[in-house]
Amino acid sequence: MNNLILRTIAKRTFYLFVAFSLYLLFRGHNLPGGGFIAGLLTVAAIVLQYLAFDIKYVQKLLPIDYINVAVMGLVLATLTGIGGMFLGYPFLTQAFDYYTIPIFGTVELATALLFDIGVYLVVIGSVLTIISAIGDEKPWNS
Amino acid sequence: MSLSWAVFSPFILAIFVPLMKRYSKLHIGWLVSILPLALFIGFLSYIPKVMNGETVYHVIEWIPSLGINIAFYLDGLSLLFAMIITGIGFFVVIYSIGYLGAKENLVNFYIYILMFMGAMLGVVLSNNLIVLFVFWELTSISSFLLIGFWYHKPESKYGAQKALLITVSGGLAMLASFVLIWVVTGSFDIREIIASADLIKSSDYYLAILILFLLGAFTKSAQFPFHIWLPNAMEAPTPISAYLHSATMVKAGIYMMARSSLFLAGTPEWTYIVSLVGIFTMVYAGYMALTQTDLKAILAYSTISQLGLITTLLGFNTNLAIITAVFHLFNHASFKGSLFMVVGIVDHETGTRDIRKLGGLAKKMPITATVAGIGALAMAGIPPLNGFLSKELFFKATVSLDGIMAPWTTWFFPTMAVLGAIFTFAYSMRLFLKVFFGKPQFEKLDKKPHEAPIGLWLPAVILVSFSVIFGLFPGLIENSIVSPAASAVAGETLSVHISHWHGLNLPLLMTIIVIGVGTVLYINLAKFQQLQARLTPKISLNRIYDWSIDAIPKTGKIITDRQMTGFLRDYLVFILGYVSLSILATMFIKNTWTFTGLDLASIEIYEVLLAVLLVAGALGVLFFRTRLAAIISLGIVGFSVSLFFIFFRAPDLALTQLIVETISLALFLLAFAQLPDLKPEVKKWSEKTVNIVISVAVGVTIFLLILMANGNRYYEPISEWFIENGYALAGGTNLVNVILVDFRGFDTLGEITVLVAAALSVYALIRLRLEKRSESNE
Repeated sequence: MNNLILRTIAKRTFYLFVAFSLYLLFRGHNLPGGGFIAGLLTVAAIVLQYLAFDIKYVQKLLPIDYINVAVMGLVLATLTGIGGMFLGYPFLTQAFDYYTIPIFGTVELATALLFDIGVYLVVIGSVLTIISAIGDEKPWNS
Repeated sequence: MSLSWAVFSPFILAIFVPLMKRYSKLHIGWLVSILPLALFIGFLSYIPKVMNGETVYHVIEWIPSLGINIAFYLDGLSLLFAMIITGIGFFVVIYSIGYLGAKENLVNFYIYILMFMGAMLGVVLSNNLIVLFVFWELTSISSFLLIGFWYHKPESKYGAQKALLITVSGGLAMLASFVLIWVVTGSFDIREIIASADLIKSSDYYLAILILFLLGAFTKSAQFPFHIWLPNAMEAPTPISAYLHSATMVKAGIYMMARSSLFLAGTPEWTYIVSLVGIFTMVYAGYMALTQTDLKAILAYSTISQLGLITTLLGFNTNLAIITAVFHLFNHASFKGSLFMVVGIVDHETGTRDIRKLGGLAKKMPITATVAGIGALAMAGIPPLNGFLSKELFFKATVSLDGIMAPWTTWFFPTMAVLGAIFTFAYSMRLFLKVFFGKPQFEKLDKKPHEAPIGLWLPAVILVSFSVIFGLFPGLIENSIVSPAASAVAGETLSVHISHWHGLNLPLLMTIIVIGVGTVLYINLAKFQQLQARLTPKISLNRIYDWSIDAIPKTGKIITDRQMTGFLRDYLVFILGYVSLSILATMFIKNTWTFTGLDLASIEIYEVLLAVLLVAGALGVLFFRTRLAAIISLGIVGFSVSLFFIFFRAPDLALTQLIVETISLALFLLAFAQLPDLKPEVKKWSEKTVNIVISVAVGVTIFLLILMANGNRYYEPISEWFIENGYALAGGTNLVNVILVDFRGFDTLGEITVLVAAALSVYALIRLRLEKRSESNE
């Protein structure tokens, strides 16, 4: 199959995909989006590269151990839960407040966002671990 | 020193043990030993407070909505245990420095021992049953790791597994009793439970609570018939046997019985079950200790026997019995700990623990022999050592049962107590005299015996000196330690006075009988052992254990093989069939056939069209002959569903569904090369019928379920509350997200944990297969 069209599109849209997924991640608390969706979208961006190019080639360009990403996400999510305990709140108590920052104006900063970033990393790490493990495997009869 | 720091500091230190190994030239044990010493001193400083009857309470909220809080509570009983845990812990760590050379895996050893120390402190300081249970299981796990420390030996693995299986199943029974206690009293807080003790004792569940609770205590404290794990646990390094399997962990069960005496004890059920199990264990284990040939096995059975003694006393639950139990607990920790250290020294210096090969070591190892002598005499109950004092009190407790228990117990318990003490006397003498004064046979030993280095004998000397000091001057601890601990068990202030001379009375006569008959028994031990060998029954508890360990997985495999066919389609039939059957059955039984109050929206034409498309996609999957077409057809179903989500204004769901569809399609394409060709399935009509029936049933069930759920609203839906409070409480306007990360954050944490676990298992499964294949190719 001639992959030229697919490859060109995949290459050009990769950053767009990732940028949009980050957009979904950060606005998730107030508008449709969030860690799950954003994570899946990033996965989709990378899977598109897998389809357009070779898995080995993509892994060489993005030398990331996805299991580590998943574990890091889990640790981050757990730590945000533990953080509140030091201040005397029960496990997983989330806090938020509004801050005024130059350029951005009034911004809401919530610990829930940290938790959501944890979710985001877990989704990316886990799904890509599974996909690259399956995709990596050589066919049965070779 | 706050109590929570005391409990968590061992865990924190454990994290740094690998760093110590890397950056310190010193044996890690020296660094680790600082902590138990500091904690011990910290706990000492609580003595004046606790003597005045004060208690210390410290609470951290954990899951307040379920009444589960990390609450620590210190009274006399907890203090006694905390001091044994940290005090003996300190000596054991010092001793282990000489015992374990630099070649051993010291990092693991000290991490496990610290983990155990923290867990054990958690058990004795927790005021919340659930928190206590967590620490309780943690002691079982660290014990498992420590017994299996030399994991290349099959005996160690066997012993570790046995200990874990028995103590953890007991722990589960205990958890069940905690839940029942909660059902009755509505609280996990031990203070509150004690306040509603009458509620428990008069409840219908009392017997169930008691039996489940005692199962936990008896398995942990190695009471008959659950004692069989303790002799096998002796595969652990000797410092561990001295620490976990004699001084502390096996006493956790004793602790639980003492702790619960204010809300469980005092009933006839408690008195008879606990005291009879205890006295039987004491006599039986003493009898078994006589025949053992491994020094550590003798000490293991001896520990079981002594634990039986303490259990018996807690069963009586009289004030005298409680004081004696607490006092003996303390004494046992000192003399048994030193005896274990002695056995470790003998093992270390001669290369064997087989009593048949040992003899005449007194000349070669004078210090060790002295420690062994004092320890053995204390255990045998010879004046003026502390073992004598507590044994006299024990005899006194058994002869003062008149009016508390049935008439037959007034002769039964004293007789059994004397019998148990005779065995104790005989095996103590055997342990000491045979090893240190018996016929020397150094040619049978692998090493040439000589005195141990100071690092090994000094902790033993210090421990055994407590037996002498507190034997001569019991006044030193009777008001500072024994009385507060006993008062905490009894629930009222008990004044304690321990003396050597009570006049010519029955307990003294019993002691004289014990020494006389015990000496005769020791002299004729060979004949007695022959008799014992003849009496040993063919079926032993160990056989039953081994048989069930073998039979349980076999039975499990037979059952599993029946249902695990290896075909995904079969599993789908099982799962979906069960789901629709159970839901339909519930609908019939509860008679929920009401469709009133349905608030249905009008159906638009584009919804109908989309539904037609969806059904067509689903049917396509059935009838397409190539896999690619089937997959794309399945994709149509998924994308139509996400369109429905958009129609019904659920953008988050729609987005998720869209991306999930895309990714699973891509996954299919990636995995394509590995799938075999799609062959038309040849199936019998009967199978096809079953499949058709089940698929129709699932469709009908879910359809009915949704309609009925819509028609039967018993409560206000929670979504209203979320809508009202989402912004104010969580600062978010996207409710789906607010629920995911905040209101139900715990669920999400669970889900992502499962996701990571799934990814790891898929990865491991595929990698393992790949590695195996590449190995076979080479």
